Amino acid sequence: MNRIFEHPILGPLEDTELVRIFVDGEPVEARKGEVIAAALIATGKQYFRKTIKLQEPRGIYCGIGRCTDCVMTVNGVPNVRTCVTEVEEGMVIETQLGYGKWGRGINS
Amino acid sequence: MMDREIVVIGAGPAGLSAALEAARAGAEVLLVDENHKPGGQLFKQIHKFFGSKDHQAGVRGIDIGVQLLEEAKELKIDVWLNAEVCGIFNQNEVWIVRDKERSVTVRAERIILATGATENAVNFPGWTLPGVMGAGAAQTMINIHRVLPGQKVLMIGSGNVGVIVSYQLLQAGADVKAVVEAAPRLGGYGVHTAKVRRAGVPFYTSHTVLEARGKDHVESAVIGRIDERWKPIPGTEIELEVDTICIAAGLTPLVELAFAAGCRPVFSPVLGGMVPVHDAAMRTSLPSLYVAGDISGVEEASTAMEEGRMAGLSAARSLGHIDDATYRIRYEAVENRLLALRSGLFGQKRRDAKEQIVSQSQG
Amino acid sequence: MRTEDHKDRGLKTTGAPSREELHATEGYRLPDPDRPRPLAVIECIEGIPCNPCETACPQQAITVGEEITALPVVDMTLCNGCGLCVAACPGLAIYLKQRFYREDQSYIAFPFEYLPFPESGQAVEMVDREGRTLCEGTVLKVVINRKNDHTAVIHAAYPEKFFEEVVSIKRLPR
Repeated sequence: MNRIFEHPILGPLEDTELVRIFVDGEPVEARKGEVIAAALIATGKQYFRKTIKLQEPRGIYCGIGRCTDCVMTVNGVPNVRTCVTEVEEGMVIETQLGYGKWGRGINS
Repeated sequence: MMDREIVVIGAGPAGLSAALEAARAGAEVLLVDENHKPGGQLFKQIHKFFGSKDHQAGVRGIDIGVQLLEEAKELKIDVWLNAEVCGIFNQNEVWIVRDKERSVTVRAERIILATGATENAVNFPGWTLPGVMGAGAAQTMINIHRVLPGQKVLMIGSGNVGVIVSYQLLQAGADVKAVVEAAPRLGGYGVHTAKVRRAGVPFYTSHTVLEARGKDHVESAVIGRIDERWKPIPGTEIELEVDTICIAAGLTPLVELAFAAGCRPVFSPVLGGMVPVHDAAMRTSLPSLYVAGDISGVEEASTAMEEGRMAGLSAARSLGHIDDATYRIRYEAVENRLLALRSGLFGQKRRDAKEQIVSQSQG
Repeated sequence: MRTEDHKDRGLKTTGAPSREELHATEGYRLPDPDRPRPLAVIECIEGIPCNPCETACPQQAITVGEEITALPVVDMTLCNGCGLCVAACPGLAIYLKQRFYREDQSYIAFPFEYLPFPESGQAVEMVDREGRTLCEGTVLKVVINRKNDHTAVIHAAYPEKFFEEVVSIKRLPR
């Protein structure tokens, strides 16, 4: 678990409503209002997608929505920037292979 | 098409300060930001700022951010979040896409661009591995999202961003294994490097990262010494067991909108690259367009706020909201605070660079 | 003083100021051994625009001056060891020190912004400017208050042998 529960400057992590998202079919507890990338980093997910030609792993890089390294297929929509997209109850997130496919991800 | 007196693009420290100053002067302001929360990089700055009392020295960036947002609320400034400015036409038409679905054009009498800067990348074998990220990305994850992107970190770059983020990673519970700096001397303030060194983190000057290794994620990094010509010296390689490599190799102003709108550029290597030419009142070569903050040259949050005030003030005055005498007084107050921030060992270089840009605006 | 003079092993290469660099700075002064209480020592050796130490001191013992890039200097006759400057310094570059707190023990009160905080009475590892453990020390008190804004000030006693070298404690395991 990579969440920072206690912080010397920011204080204790406040309790918040939890939402249930699905990552490659597995249910994951996320904090309401957080970005997808944060929820995935909290679970220790190693990579978010693989590139089309060489199937190389990719994760976050810029972290603020500019580089698109962190994209995944979300609710059937490919190339969603997980570092700037908030989680929602029931969201289906899939590790994306290549450019992704509308309506399907790597686990299609 | 809607009409607004002043549109401020970017709600970071510069944009917020510009909007507040213009609103206080009586102008009708619309503040626009592409993110779902305002504040830019300010809410990631959990350390205490330098300067004097006038500059809010000793106050943490996050608390300054909260103050600015409260003031914006009190002044009832119109703020559009999730609003991406995609173009500026005819020097006064701002094309905005709201919530990724609605296109709106706002005709503005004055525009203040406060879009900030973006992190530079450094390429090396393995740099695409998950775990390699900008130092700012790590800072965003730990201070905004409260998650640790890794446990064992290699920091590349010893400028203020590199050393401040290293310290913040330690505070977040990570272990910073080393800070590498390609130059023979460390770049950041001595008090920042001293804090990090005191925590036992080694600094390697004249070193660079040679490779990131790992299968699905970073598992180790190889660093090595470089000579006076920046070439790696064989036999000096050290492999460090890390799961995260942060790149703090400087920032580049985000100038696309300014140049697309037609602002004249000037190259300023000290301040990060191509920036819009502007005068001391922060006005660009286009009379209705102003800039403030990192877009006009990479400095720090304190100078961004002062430049924001300057731009807001100047834009409001150009619309007749402030008389010349009042403007003179406020202008001088901001100018003095900027001069104070741009002094000393580190500040003087920035002051000279800014003066060069301003001198271009008189050409 | 210029840090370029000590470019081989000093502030701009190791990250920490060397003994030589500190001693070459007018503002770095250790309190006289006969002073009865811990007094402020400032390790600020680069001229950056900054003066909260001057503003924070209720005794006006710290002087930066009009040019806020000037290095701060402590008037030891005015300093009463209140420690407000220790938390106020944004660079965490100030601590209180006393050479002979007890017969063979020195005293330090330094800023600390990591969790967990140690507890009063706890044995801790005292470190030098490069984070190396020099000796064991004992925490006397941990001062946390609103004014200090999340910068704890830890007071500790440690062997006088390491009076000048010790500047902090090793971070405790989380």
